[in-house]
Amino acid sequence: MRAAALTAGLLAGLLLAWLLLAGFLLVGFLLVAARADAQTLVGYTVEGDAIGAPLTGAPGDAARGAGLVADRTLSLCVLCHSGLEAPAHMQGNLAPSLAGIGARLSEGQIRLRIVNMKALNPESIMPAYGGSSPGARVANAWRGKPILSGEEIEDIVAYLSSLKG
Amino acid sequence: MRPRPRAPAVIAALLSIPALLAVSGAVALEQGDRRSGIAFASPQTQAMQADDTANPGMLWVMDGAQLWRRPDGAAGKACQECHGDAAQSMKGVAPRYPDFDAGLGRPVDLSGRINLCRVRHQRAAPLAHEGSEMLALTAFVAFQSRGLPMAPAADARLAPFRAEGRRLFEQRMGQLDLSCANCHDDHWSARLGGSPVTQAQPNAYPLYRLEWQALGSLQRRMRNCMAGVRAEPFAYDAADYIDLELYLAARAAGLPMETPGVRP
Ligand code: HEC
Ligand code: HEC
Ligand code: HEC
Repeated sequence: MRAAALTAGLLAGLLLAWLLLAGFLLVGFLLVAARADAQTLVGYTVEGDAIGAPLTGAPGDAARGAGLVADRTLSLCVLCHSGLEAPAHMQGNLAPSLAGIGARLSEGQIRLRIVNMKALNPESIMPAYGGSSPGARVANAWRGKPILSGEEIEDIVAYLSSLKG
Repeated sequence: MRPRPRAPAVIAALLSIPALLAVSGAVALEQGDRRSGIAFASPQTQAMQADDTANPGMLWVMDGAQLWRRPDGAAGKACQECHGDAAQSMKGVAPRYPDFDAGLGRPVDLSGRINLCRVRHQRAAPLAHEGSEMLALTAFVAFQSRGLPMAPAADARLAPFRAEGRRLFEQRMGQLDLSCANCHDDHWSARLGGSPVTQAQPNAYPLYRLEWQALGSLQRRMRNCMAGVRAEPFAYDAADYIDLELYLAARAAGLPMETPGVRP
């Protein structure tokens, strides 16, 4: 029993290491892109599978973050995720529930997932909120712009980190 | 009597495989998994679509029936003068579209075909894609095939256009960086917010969408999804839409036509 769990743990660790390597390469690339357009995109440093340092000087506001994640047009989180403060029938199920996410992931891990989930899973359908989209035909109004500002991402990080239950 | 070898039948069957594969094999949605959008709708919406006296789309079908009989253009001819009773001449046409037009050297969808008849045969001006007259005529023609299975044209000349449609369907686009396939192939049984994602089936178009409070075309619906992922939609009648429609038709083969559909 023990040995099997240990082997599974080791395998998972190896897999994670590979993902992280891929992640570093990707984020490194994005960072270069970000520097070219520093006005709209936030700069950040990835350590492991996390962005340890906040994207802004001021700490995020969890109450504002709660409103943001439930916003169907600005953050869109609730279109895919459940476990948020929104009527159950308005929550999507294209993605795992975020209930208790603050107990599963550190602040820095949550930050990287919002800024660029594709650093961890290039096939992810979760948009990279902190970067400019590599997608085709980005509409004029959005071209070269991140989906959320650094402040908004920090507000959401503060809110999700508070979901411990 | 010694049974004759059935080689000719076998060869014929083998020969038809590439044609079949060209249409329905080259899609990412298995035949048995195909579901019309109506299967995901609420019982109220389903009842509204099923009852012709409650289905608002029937108003456009009735307008279309009048336009069918109205002489138009420099030729002063009505559709009916050349095509006769639509219930007969147009039955089975819509499930085959988009189809190849030799003159243009590329595929046209049903509204494109109707505009070609206006220009070539009635010598009238083409109708606007999303205008009420075009929607009415397209709904009327497609309505003649209600209940028939979608049967996409097998013309080999369509293959490259259908392949381009698939490429577009699977291409990540917009600020959200999502492809049509991300939602409609990979997550069709899930919910996006409060809405079932569905399979993006084209078998009920043009259809009445409650959100539009009007009948709208398949291209209008695709524009909505493109705007949703914050991508720049193609212009109406753009070749890209026809290619997408061709691919959608191949994914829909076998589903019954439902025009005029009703959706939330
Ligand atoms: C288009 C769908 C979609 C949207 C919109 C979306 N996500 Fe996600 N998210 C996913 C998916 C799918 C995953 C699963 C991980 C993967 O894709 O590899 C995920 C994973 C996550 C995770 C990690 C969950 C875990 O248990 O490890 C967090 C945190 C997260 N999302 C937060 C957000 C926030 C905050 C927003 C809005 C700012 C958001 N997501 C918007 C699809 C989405
Ligand atoms: C983020 C997920 C998502 C993406 C990406 C997406 N769609 Fe959709 N699509 C939906 C949802 C949700 C609906 C149903 C909306 C409703 O009924 O309110 C829908 C509906 C449709 C329908 C109508 C089906 C019916 O039964 O009437 C078509 C056709 C369609 N989409 C085509 C496309 C095409 C083509 C693309 C790519 C250009 C695309 N969609 C991209 C989510 C998506
Ligand atoms: C002067 C005769 C004439 C008139 C008027 C005419 N058509 Fe046609 N139609 C044709 C011919 C001929 C074809 C075969 C394709 C071609 O040569 O353009 C055709 C093809 C079609 C097709 C495709 C049939 C198929 O099997 O692919 C449709 C649909 C159609 N017409 C609809 C209409 C409508 C709707 C009108 C009125 C707005 C109309 N036509 C007016 C002569 C006419």
